[in-house]
Amino acid sequence: MAEPASVAAESLAGSRARAARTVLGQVVLPGEELLLPEQEDAEGPGGAVERPLSLNARACSRVRVVCGPGLRRCGDRLLVTKCGRLRHKEPGSGSGGGVYWVDSQQKRYVPVKGDHVIGIVTAKSGDIFKVDVGGSEPASLSYLSFEGATKRNRPNVGDLIYGQFVVANKDMEPEMVCIDSCGRANGMGVIGQDGLLFKVTLGLIRKLLAPDCEIIQEVGKLYPLEIVFGMNGRIWVKAKTIQQTLILANILEACEHMTSDQRKQIFSRLAES
Amino acid sequence: MKETPLSNCERRFLLRAIEEKKRLDGRQTYDYRNIRISFGTDYGCCIVELGKTRVLGQVSCELVSPKLNRATEGILFFNLELSQMAAPAFEPGRQSDLLVKLNRLMERCLRNSKCIDTESLCVVAGEKVWQIRVDLHLLNHDGNIIDAASIAAIVALCHFRRPDVSVQGDEVTLYTPEERDPVPLSIHHMPICVSFAFFQQGTYLLVDPNEREERVMDGLLVIAMNKHREICTIQSSGGIMLLKDQVLRCSKIAGVKVAEITELILKALENDQKVRKEGGKFGFAESIANQRITAFKMEKAPIDTSDVEEKAEEIIAEAEPPSEVVSTPVLWTPGTAQIGEGVENSWGDLEDSEKEDDEGGGDQAIILDGIKMDTGVEVSDIGSQDSEEEEMIILEPDKNPKKIRTQTTSAKQEKAPSKKPVKRRKKKRAAN
Repeated sequence: MAEPASVAAESLAGSRARAARTVLGQVVLPGEELLLPEQEDAEGPGGAVERPLSLNARACSRVRVVCGPGLRRCGDRLLVTKCGRLRHKEPGSGSGGGVYWVDSQQKRYVPVKGDHVIGIVTAKSGDIFKVDVGGSEPASLSYLSFEGATKRNRPNVGDLIYGQFVVANKDMEPEMVCIDSCGRANGMGVIGQDGLLFKVTLGLIRKLLAPDCEIIQEVGKLYPLEIVFGMNGRIWVKAKTIQQTLILANILEACEHMTSDQRKQIFSRLAES
Repeated sequence: MKETPLSNCERRFLLRAIEEKKRLDGRQTYDYRNIRISFGTDYGCCIVELGKTRVLGQVSCELVSPKLNRATEGILFFNLELSQMAAPAFEPGRQSDLLVKLNRLMERCLRNSKCIDTESLCVVAGEKVWQIRVDLHLLNHDGNIIDAASIAAIVALCHFRRPDVSVQGDEVTLYTPEERDPVPLSIHHMPICVSFAFFQQGTYLLVDPNEREERVMDGLLVIAMNKHREICTIQSSGGIMLLKDQVLRCSKIAGVKVAEITELILKALENDQKVRKEGGKFGFAESIANQRITAFKMEKAPIDTSDVEEKAEEIIAEAEPPSEVVSTPVLWTPGTAQIGEGVENSWGDLEDSEKEDDEGGGDQAIILDGIKMDTGVEVSDIGSQDSEEEEMIILEPDKNPKKIRTQTTSAKQEKAPSKKPVKRRKKKRAAN
C-alpha cells in the first residue's frame, strides 16, 4: 500500500520537477522546475527513493551549467521565469554542461550589460546626456565617452546614438558609452541624420543578428543600404530614396511572421520591379 | 514610463515622406487601414482592429431607478479606458489629458446624437429603467484611437441583446434568456468618427493617422457622421487654422468613408447572426487568427533547382571523363601489400622548394597528393619493430610532389610527370 500512497502524495504536491533533457524544444511556463542531468539519477523514477549510502565518497560530478535568460537557479534546480521554448547548447570546448535558456518573445526591452542599443537623446544635464533606450529608466551617457569628444562635436537632444551598456542591473540606473575598452568608436556614436527608425520585437532582432542570416544577405542584394540594429528592438535603416527606405522597413517588420518561401517570393517580385 | 521621445531623424523622415505623398505603410492619402470586427460569445462583446490599434467593447445592462428630471428615459453610460498594455506611456493615473479628451468626444458622438432610443429603455415610468453601460478598453495603441473606439461602441451596441420585460398592470416580469429570447436595443442611426491629420500648417492632409504620423502632426479634425450624411459632432484640435473649403472637403471624404464602414459593420453583424443561428462556432477563439512567429527558427530558403538539369548537362558535356583508376594490391613480401599510392614524402618537397626559391622562381603553389596514410598496412610493420629485427619493408610513395606554377612551365615540371606512373599523370590533368 506504500506505492499508491506515495503516488497520491506526489499528485497532491503538484507538478513534479521534470528533467531538463526531456523538455528541450517544448514550451515551458513560469514556475516550472527543471532537473539537471546529474540530478536525474539522484531523483530516480519514483521521486525520493531510498538508496544505500555508498562508503567511497564518489566525487559527485558537478558540471558547470550556465543559466541563460528565462531561467533562474532555485536550490539545486532551474526555475523557469518566462514562457517559451527551452533550448540547450552543448559546450564547445568540453568543459561545463552547456547553456540552457528559454526562447521567449518580447517587445519591452530590459537593459543588459554589454548589449549594443540604439538610444534617443532626451536631455542634457550636468555633463551627462539622458538617453532613452526603451527600458524603464533613461540611461546616462557621459559627454566624454565618444571617440574624439570635444565641445563642438556633441550630440544634440533628439539625435540617435548607438552605444553599449557598461552598467545595467535592476538596482542602478543604466549607463552607456560609445567607445569600447580600447577607447575606439568601433562603429558606435551618433547615427546620421536621415533614415528611418522603427521598432520590432526582440526575437526578430536576435534572428537578424545571427551569423549567416539569409534575410540580411537578400536585403543587401536588393538595394544599397545602411542599417543599424539595436538589441532594444530598434532598427535604423537608410537607403537612397524614401520609397526604398520604406520598402526595407516594411520587409523587415513583416519578416516576423513570414516563412522563408513567402519571403523569397516577395524578394523576387521586388527584384523584378 | 515616460512616452518614447520622437527623434529628429524620424520627424524629418516622416515630414519628407508626407511631402512626397508617401505613408509609412504604403497607403494613399485617403485610405483607411484594414478594419476587422470580431465578436465574442456573449452578446454585446466585440473587438475592433483598425490596423494594429485594437479596442475591446462590452455592453451590459441593469435595472435601476431613473434620474429625477428624466423619469421616462433610460440611462446611458460610456467609459473608455486606456489599458497599460496599449502603450508603455499609459500608466494608471498618468494619461489624464488624452483620456478626458477621448471620453468627452465619445460622449458627444454617441449621447448627444441620440443614436439610441432612450424612451424604449423605460420599463416602469419613474421607477425602473434600463441603464446601458458601454465599456471600451484600448488594447493596443497604433494611432487613431477615436475612430476605432467609436466603431467598437456602435458595433457592441448593435450586437447587444437585453433581457425581455413584460408589464401587465402592476406586475413586471423579467424573463431570463432561457425563457424568452433577449431583445436588441433600438438604434436609430450609427454615428462613426473619422479623423483627419494636418501637417505643415494645413498644407497636407491624411486620413486615419498612424501613431508615428500623430506624433508629427500639427492638428487633428474629427468629424462624426452617419450614413445619412448627418454630422453628429465635429471637433478641431491642435490650434491650426483651417479654411472653409478644407473643412467642406473633409466632410465629403468623411461621408464616403462612413458609408463604407457602415456597410462593413452591417455585414459583420449579419455574418455573426447567421453563424449563431446555424449553430456554428462563434466567439473570439474562432475569429481571431493565430499568427506564427518565425523569429526563432533559422529556416533555409529552398534553392531554386529549376535549371539544374541544363546546367548539369552543360558541365558533363564540357568536362573530360574521369580517369579509370583501378587499384590492385602490389605485393611486396608475404604479409605486406600496398593498395593505392600512399602519402607523399613531404621532406622531399621542402628540399626541392628551397632550391627553387634560391633560384628566384616566381609564385609557386605546391600541391601534395594523397593525404590519407595507409596506416592499416604500415602498422603491421611497426609492431614488428619491438621484436627481433625482422626484414623491414618501407612502402615508398611517389617521391616527386606535383608543382603547379603560375608562370610559364619550366623543364622541371615537365620532367615530373614523366617520372610518375601513368595513373598519376592522368589524375593531374583532370585536376588542372
